[in-house]
Amino acid sequence: MERSQPRRQVAAMKQSLFDQGLLDEQFIQLEELSDDANPNFVEEIVTLYYRDSSRLISSIEQALKERHPLDFNKLDTLMHQFKGSSSSIGAKKVKAECTLFREYCRTGNAEGCMKTFQQLKKEYASLRKKLEAYFQLARQTGPMETACRPK
Amino acid sequence: MNLSHCKGSTMSTPSSSGSHLRSTGDAVSDQFPAGLRVLVVDDDPTCLMILEKMLKACLYEVTKCKRAEVALSLLRENKNGFDIVISDVHMPDMDGFKLLEHIGLEMDLPVIMMSADDGKHVVMKGVTHGACDYLIKPVRIEALKNIWQHVVRKRKTGWRDPEQSGSIDEGDRQQKASDDADYSSSANEGKCSKKRRDEEEDADERDDSSTLKKPRVVWSVELHQQFMAAVNQLGIDKAVPKKILELMNVPGLTRENVASHLQKYRLYLRRLSGVSQQQNNLNNPFMNPDPTFGSTSINGIDLQALSVAGQLPAQSLAKLQAAGLGRSTAKPVMSMPLVEQRNLFSFESPRLRFGEGQMQHLNTNKPMNLLHGIPTNMEPKQLANLHQSAQSLGNLNMRVNASVAQRSPLLMQMGQSQPRGQIVGENGSHVNQLPTSLLQPSVPNRISNGVIRNGIASTSNINPAYNQVPQSSSFMNFPMNQTNEMSARSFPLGSNPGISNITTKGMLQEEVTSGIKGSSGFVPSYDIFNELQPQKSNDWDLRNAGLTYDATQHSNHVQGNIDVSVSPSVLVHPGFSSMQQTGQNRDTTSSMGKAVFSMGEGMDQGNLQSISQPQNPLHIDHSVRVKSERVPDASSQTNFFPEQYGQEDLMSALLKQEGIGLAENEFDFDGYSLDNIPV
Repeated sequence: MERSQPRRQVAAMKQSLFDQGLLDEQFIQLEELSDDANPNFVEEIVTLYYRDSSRLISSIEQALKERHPLDFNKLDTLMHQFKGSSSSIGAKKVKAECTLFREYCRTGNAEGCMKTFQQLKKEYASLRKKLEAYFQLARQTGPMETACRPK
Repeated sequence: MNLSHCKGSTMSTPSSSGSHLRSTGDAVSDQFPAGLRVLVVDDDPTCLMILEKMLKACLYEVTKCKRAEVALSLLRENKNGFDIVISDVHMPDMDGFKLLEHIGLEMDLPVIMMSADDGKHVVMKGVTHGACDYLIKPVRIEALKNIWQHVVRKRKTGWRDPEQSGSIDEGDRQQKASDDADYSSSANEGKCSKKRRDEEEDADERDDSSTLKKPRVVWSVELHQQFMAAVNQLGIDKAVPKKILELMNVPGLTRENVASHLQKYRLYLRRLSGVSQQQNNLNNPFMNPDPTFGSTSINGIDLQALSVAGQLPAQSLAKLQAAGLGRSTAKPVMSMPLVEQRNLFSFESPRLRFGEGQMQHLNTNKPMNLLHGIPTNMEPKQLANLHQSAQSLGNLNMRVNASVAQRSPLLMQMGQSQPRGQIVGENGSHVNQLPTSLLQPSVPNRISNGVIRNGIASTSNINPAYNQVPQSSSFMNFPMNQTNEMSARSFPLGSNPGISNITTKGMLQEEVTSGIKGSSGFVPSYDIFNELQPQKSNDWDLRNAGLTYDATQHSNHVQGNIDVSVSPSVLVHPGFSSMQQTGQNRDTTSSMGKAVFSMGEGMDQGNLQSISQPQNPLHIDHSVRVKSERVPDASSQTNFFPEQYGQEDLMSALLKQEGIGLAENEFDFDGYSLDNIPV
């Protein structure tokens, strides 16, 4: 069936995201929440996430700019929030970067913080693109089976 | 659908609060847990949305909130509007744990904390602050599916309304209701509604055996006083729910009810201890010197002074002295409490008792705990005495006050027993009679007040004596609005303006009604005291021998006891020679005495003691003396808890938790300024 093709594509795409370690189980949980009232619930959430977290990213960036010395406490607090957000949508890699960043904050490693943050931003942006593509395809495909767990 | 869990929603009672959910009341059980009303608080919009969706998927009724303050106001407006709260730990406007505390005190709802932080110490914090669960983010829907268990658990353990207590509560409620009329504070309103709701709940509960809907146990002032008495008797450290239950001997009350109440009390004490420590220190000097209370000196002096003043009838004076001194000599009555802030509670009870016996009791070696808050003494009988004496007032007040110091709930109770306004007025006659000595002993108590403040809600104490004094008022300072009785003096404690002055604690008035969760209710007796002082000096002589705080309260109020629970009553009375006027004060003070004591503030023992005192012109010296001593405490305690303030209000406020508007005050016990509580 034609439909199955796009569906399989979507499924494959999703699977790939999981395989790459970009998403985790939480993403599945979100998908399971989709219902008639919110058929594109996951997309809505992800959109909300990117919108809200962007200001956190800016704050962190700003804080990192105010060096000499870096305010690790503040950075840690901001990152904690960001991590919470990211984990709630299942952004696995982003979350890992957050943890690493916080560790550097804990040890007062400014260099480590900066580097990690750069990496984090990359992952963050990359995930966004991939998810956008995913959602787009999903929408085209029509209502997908929900919560199709990746193998 | 709203679980008609005992929120009284179904009740036809007009209670304003939470009536929105009024349903048939029983309907809920069928669909439970569906329809569970959840309030979720998180500053992260992503998480908030996800949680909302998940909770809806569980068929719960969800309300989401980005800010803790908004959540609190939602909860306050709608007392019975929610069954459970889920809150994030890290929030910009208020710490999640703080919110947790507030909710626990005011509304007594189960609260679940959540955070991306799974560090052990954070989770431990959740536990110590009373969270019923802790979820790690990202939260899974499975974790949310079972949160209803916390609601059921809470209902089962804490809310069951004992038959007896139900009836008692009802009685109290009614009384309160009438008192409420006096109070204009919103707290009253809360109380009233609460009461009504409780009443309904009681009725409902009896019929409905559903565990889900178990009506909450209403910890009325009386009940709380009994609780306090039991706790005091056992000693706060040894107070186990089972024994407390036995001592209380309230039919229908379960061990679980007591256990949860005890837990709250402990939290309350803990909070106070921070504050009271300060006072304790202060008190200690007072008290410590004499185990018996130092009061001997105080009491003795006061008494003597009083007697000299001629205000106190020799007899009463003797009594007071005996009581106080006996106690004081016995001292330990009070001193003890100081040491343990927590014990305050215990103190109060003893104190309360004192109040009753007014002097007589005092003699009983029960150290004038009134002030001291010597918890141990206040055995139930004392209370009984107190009650009786309360009539005679003067003494009672003192005692009560002392005991009152305990948590506001106690106060509330006290308030109950004492017709709030009575303090001065009613017993006025008594009060005057009450040997200032009563108050005096209370002085030592005062110290304990400080201690008591912590929680000495010796309910028992407070009321008995208070009866005269607007118990309700003094008790908790809360309802000082009631001013009930306090009016006598310049300090209309009851609604004592004095107390309001004191407002430092703010509690008193507000707290009281709100159920002073924390000591907050108690208006810093300090202020009151100060205020009273000037005037009191005159009155004091008589009255307060013990009540230093009286001064502040003088009018009835009880003592702004800072310690909310502290037997503000004590404060109120004793010193309040002015009490006569306030009549209430006395009683309240007695009861409040405890509170008063804790109030440390002005109560200066002299005041406290005087609570019951017969307005004798005890001369303020007494109180003055006390004051000086107390002052140190007072500062911390400033809550003189004008018992008179509608103790009931206070109590109810405290008990009611729900309505506790005190929120800020909650803990405003002595040390805690209500202001502290950022809400």
